[in-house]
Amino acid sequence: MPNVMIRKNDDGCLLFYVAKKDMEETIASVETDTADAWGGAVELTDGSRWYIEPISPPPSFPTTLRFKRAED
Amino acid sequence: MAAMTREETQALIQEVLEVYPDKAKKDRAKHLAVNDQTIEQSKKCITSNRKSQPGVMTIRGCAYAGSRGVVWGPIKDMIHISHGPVGCGQYSRAGRRNYYVGMTGVNTFGTMNFTSDFQEKDIVFGGDKKLDKILSEIEQLFPLAKGISVQSECPIGLIGDDIESVAKKKSKELDKPVVPVRCEGFRGVSQSLGHHIANDAIRDWVIGNRDGDNSFETTPYDVAVIGDYNIGGDAWASRILLEEMGLRVVAQWAGDGTLSEMELTPKVKLNLIHCYRSVNYISRHMEEKYGIPWMEYNFFGPTKIAESLRAIAERFDETIQANAEKVIAKYQAEYEAVVAKYRPRLEGKRVMLYVGGLRPRHIIGAYEDLGMEVVGTGYEFAHNDDYDRTIKEMGDSTLLYDDVTGYEFEEFVKRIKPDLIGSGIKEKYIFQKMGIPFRQMHSWDYSGPYHGYDGFAIFARDMDMTINNPCWKSMQAPWLKSDADDAAAPMAASA
Repeated sequence: MPNVMIRKNDDGCLLFYVAKKDMEETIASVETDTADAWGGAVELTDGSRWYIEPISPPPSFPTTLRFKRAED
Repeated sequence: MAAMTREETQALIQEVLEVYPDKAKKDRAKHLAVNDQTIEQSKKCITSNRKSQPGVMTIRGCAYAGSRGVVWGPIKDMIHISHGPVGCGQYSRAGRRNYYVGMTGVNTFGTMNFTSDFQEKDIVFGGDKKLDKILSEIEQLFPLAKGISVQSECPIGLIGDDIESVAKKKSKELDKPVVPVRCEGFRGVSQSLGHHIANDAIRDWVIGNRDGDNSFETTPYDVAVIGDYNIGGDAWASRILLEEMGLRVVAQWAGDGTLSEMELTPKVKLNLIHCYRSVNYISRHMEEKYGIPWMEYNFFGPTKIAESLRAIAERFDETIQANAEKVIAKYQAEYEAVVAKYRPRLEGKRVMLYVGGLRPRHIIGAYEDLGMEVVGTGYEFAHNDDYDRTIKEMGDSTLLYDDVTGYEFEEFVKRIKPDLIGSGIKEKYIFQKMGIPFRQMHSWDYSGPYHGYDGFAIFARDMDMTINNPCWKSMQAPWLKSDADDAAAPMAASA
């Protein structure tokens, strides 16, 4: 359950940054991304999958959230 | 020697790796790569930020070096105690040439060495009492110090001293910030973790100090220059360009920086990051907590300076954007004259770099402005994100080497035969004895500044006087010279 900092890059894409692992990846897709919730399964461009309970209302970025590794 | 093809470079890597035992070979192979600009993510081609192999010659530093030497050390109005035995502080004292203004020993302390000089009894009975005493002594001897940081050396973590509690107690007693930094040298694989720990200490003990205090008057044009260590005056050469653009540089750290500048940084509108590797952590924190955006810039060489100035201006209104163009135009004659003078002397020369932080990628533009080509580059302590940024800057089929060992670097140089090497003091004399011009690119070989338009003129001059120095023609003893060498000699004498 790492703490992940989500921020927007200059192109408006969301970046997924794990300070402990020094890992920064772009988020490829988010399961729930609507006006009243954000979260669910998150897939990164490197193919790894993470999960967070959908947050309502959607958080404003940048922010730090706790993610779980998605089990396949 | 013509540029190498992808296969040749790959073959060179294989050949160099041949001497290692299988296990070491397997590990080192991951750290050496042929650049491929089509790769988006560097982790597909190069591994970085891993522990060095035992038995190889690495030139990495330790976490203490990253915190005391790089991030905290240049904060000039604070006293940084090297807490532990005397050597760590003394042998790293004033080595980075972080210039500053002020009266050393009165209100600034940059080049001084403060240490708790641990002895056997401090290891056995603990050093907290000694630290307490030192903090009181510092207050008595140097009352103008704005704060004190405690930079842990290895023994502090090993014997389990509680420097945090001493710091808290004395901070109250002395009524000034006392910052404990847990940067024991054994932490992490290189100085990189020291940067991170130092950033975390700044976050926890400094950045929030003026939250809720709105007495500082802000303007819409406030920026902070972070991660410029003012080596040879670099930050000053950068700062004037930003100020000429109409921006107000509220804080500049760590080079020539002060504690209050650090405390005021959360009040700015934009953080300008020079050394991404050492300060990205604190910039991310400020973005999250205070909503301050950050961006990287590159002030090496006119092409990159113009690009960066425009990118910075892009974040502000039209007056700043117009001013940026004015600044670029103002210096145009100056830098064109530099290029006109030195480019013919340096055209086509090939450079290999092996430095740390941001230089292996940022300097490439400056060399290219002088018509030179960077054929190999590598970092001491970079992470994947640094290589992500490097791949785009480097030409195809050039060599990338992470945490290169002394042996590998020498072999690469023997085969690639560059006209110039830019690396640190530990490599300098080896390569000079091999007859290859060398610049010490950590502290600009006692020259500088190299940032900004002013710095570019100095950079070009230094590269010229190194590469075209007549001494390189005298590498062979006179009685060993063949006729062909003699024919070249009169030219050397007139050069």
